[in-house]
Amino acid sequence: MNVHSPTLATAEATTPHTWLEHAHEWVVTVDHKRLGIMYVVSALVFFVIAGLEASLMRLQLAWPGLHIVPPETFNRLFTMHGTSMVFLVGIPIVFGFGNYLVPLMIGARDLAFPRLNAFGFWIFLFAGLLLHFSFLGGEGLYGSGSAPAVGWFAYAPLTSRAFTPGNATDYWNLSVFLAGVGTIGTAINIVATTLTMRATGMTLGRMPIFVWTMLTVSAMTLFILPPLSAAQIMLLLDRFLGAHFFDTQAGGSAVMWQHFFWFFGHPEVYVLMVPGFGFVSEIVPVFSRKVIFGYATLVAATVAIGGVALSTWAHHMFSVGMGSTLNTFFALSTMLIAVPTGMKIFNWLATMYGGRIRFRTPMLFCCAFLFQFLCAGLTGIMLSVAPFDWQLTDSYFVVAHFHFVLIGGLFFATFGAIYYWFPKVTGRMLSERLGRWHCWLFVVGFNLTFLTMHVQGLLGMPRRIYTYPADRGWEMWNLVTTLGVPLQIVATLILVVNIVVSLRRGKPAGDDPWDAWTLEWATTSPPPSYNFEAIPVVASRRPLWDLKHPDDPDGPHE
Amino acid sequence: MMGAGADATHESGVSHEWRGRAGMIGLIVAEGSLFAVFVVAHLFYIGKSLNGPYPRDVLQIPVVGTICLLASSATAALGARALARGDVRRSGLWLLVTAGLGAIFLAGTAREWYHLIYRDGVTIGTNLFGTTFYPLVGLHASHVIVGLVMLGLCCVFAATGVLRAVHAERVEMVSWYWHFVDGVWVVVLTVVYLIGR
Repeated sequence: MNVHSPTLATAEATTPHTWLEHAHEWVVTVDHKRLGIMYVVSALVFFVIAGLEASLMRLQLAWPGLHIVPPETFNRLFTMHGTSMVFLVGIPIVFGFGNYLVPLMIGARDLAFPRLNAFGFWIFLFAGLLLHFSFLGGEGLYGSGSAPAVGWFAYAPLTSRAFTPGNATDYWNLSVFLAGVGTIGTAINIVATTLTMRATGMTLGRMPIFVWTMLTVSAMTLFILPPLSAAQIMLLLDRFLGAHFFDTQAGGSAVMWQHFFWFFGHPEVYVLMVPGFGFVSEIVPVFSRKVIFGYATLVAATVAIGGVALSTWAHHMFSVGMGSTLNTFFALSTMLIAVPTGMKIFNWLATMYGGRIRFRTPMLFCCAFLFQFLCAGLTGIMLSVAPFDWQLTDSYFVVAHFHFVLIGGLFFATFGAIYYWFPKVTGRMLSERLGRWHCWLFVVGFNLTFLTMHVQGLLGMPRRIYTYPADRGWEMWNLVTTLGVPLQIVATLILVVNIVVSLRRGKPAGDDPWDAWTLEWATTSPPPSYNFEAIPVVASRRPLWDLKHPDDPDGPHE
Repeated sequence: MMGAGADATHESGVSHEWRGRAGMIGLIVAEGSLFAVFVVAHLFYIGKSLNGPYPRDVLQIPVVGTICLLASSATAALGARALARGDVRRSGLWLLVTAGLGAIFLAGTAREWYHLIYRDGVTIGTNLFGTTFYPLVGLHASHVIVGLVMLGLCCVFAATGVLRAVHAERVEMVSWYWHFVDGVWVVVLTVVYLIGR
């Protein structure tokens, strides 16, 4: 490296890094671990913002006839909440963890294309900023509203110029499009990494389940995200060049948008959920002190979910009037996908059965996950029955269902994952006591809010309404729903405090605090930038067990 | 770079040299599903235009362009193969021929669009045919342009002596991309000019 003057060089070498130099290092990094951390941290920031938007909505709905926010603001809140939670929280959480863990778990030094990885992160981050800039810039020259207010699935013809003038909808369209570009890049990266960068002996059949889930959802992403991007290009052409893709006045079809959107939108749920299954599949065995039960069936179920998920999308459209053939097909495919998902639940239960279970915080969250996600799956099967769906479509029952999936499923698993891998990422343990408070408060708050929503839905309360009259019998349920919110806010605050405090004062973790078996625990905490001093050689599904117990390696038992 | 190369040899469990190919296959799958949606939209709207001009009145099958583009796939493959043998000069020439054939195709598209817009008065907003025709053909044409940029760079590198036999895999990836663009054209030709008319 060329330095202009020797004095400068010595000064650089002796003085500690300034804040600016630190920031610069993070901005120019192509290290998968740093990018993974940045993904997850930005996702948690967007999670807090989107959570506050939801809290405002719940405040508005706490009692009949309230006017805490104006109606048009309410529409913006649910649009921004949904869009953020899916594109700026769920996806970056999943791909952030994948970024961090996949190379470590398969014994690689980085992802296959580190610069593409950095590109993916930064374009995602700026897409998120663009979306939120709409609060300031969406007003534009038209004075017709700030943030987008078309709902997170932005149905046509509401998105046409006639119904949403101004640029608010374009902010939604372009920022989600950009986020999608970044995600496609990262998905290509993860597929290429898992297929070509594995350490010696790390065969496909020995990959940790989490890596399998990331491979599956990355491959799915390549099939489902470009169609959304294509539909968004069409919407852009409709809005700016006068094309008629979704313009019913000129013979176009508004239903086509629904098909294109849900062809992305439904598999997307599995893209978010399946890595959650991966977290649970890594955590449950370690805290049950047993090998995962039925590795092969778990992998098969993962891949099966990935495949079947591509043919379930139109169950979001039973009430559109597709005709009985299509309704039947999509009802059956939706019921079918419950089979591999159910298999997984039994896999985890069988892993715990007879194990010496250690109820540390990651395991607590996984146990909560099992209960909550089972509920989510059962209401999912209920909604797959088309006539039942006709009764409850667009009601709070549906809202309750998908929040059970994404919070009860994905987020409980993610919280568990944060407690489980935080020691590896930072070298320090999170506080177990605060973790317990976080878990229990969140379980209680979550159920107060979302279990009750099922009832409002059954009583006929439609989603996305701004307020409601007092004579429907919904007021008590809505109040309870809203009362669950502060508990979840406190629980999330506890997590934030726990992270901030533990970063400075947490107990040093050591390389392998949980006595785990996968490769990421074989290196130091935090891992060096090159991950492993010597790339390990793998001989079984639990390489670290083999290292710790050379007298009783796993290989012969598999 | 040296370090990475050394690692690849002694880690060697899985073939690291395949990662570029895996990445390109991933890109092609993603691009394929992007095109698929435009193709589906076009198929869905065939015959649903409320007013003319209709495709049978204004569209001609672009025979010359198609022949050029299909032929350019062969020349791209020859270029990649020549570099793998270490013949930089020949490789550069074949890639130049490929780019030339691609440029002829693109000129054909430009001419077609010019006639459609100024003679026949079909724009993207005229009817559903225009709405689905321009984005699908335009998306393909924009991919041809990207391919031409990559091929052009390869030609420049070959002419200036930067391109060497070690870059054979990268040039092969460019040729894969070009084959993909070619394959998409076969679908577009079938859907727009054969079925759509």
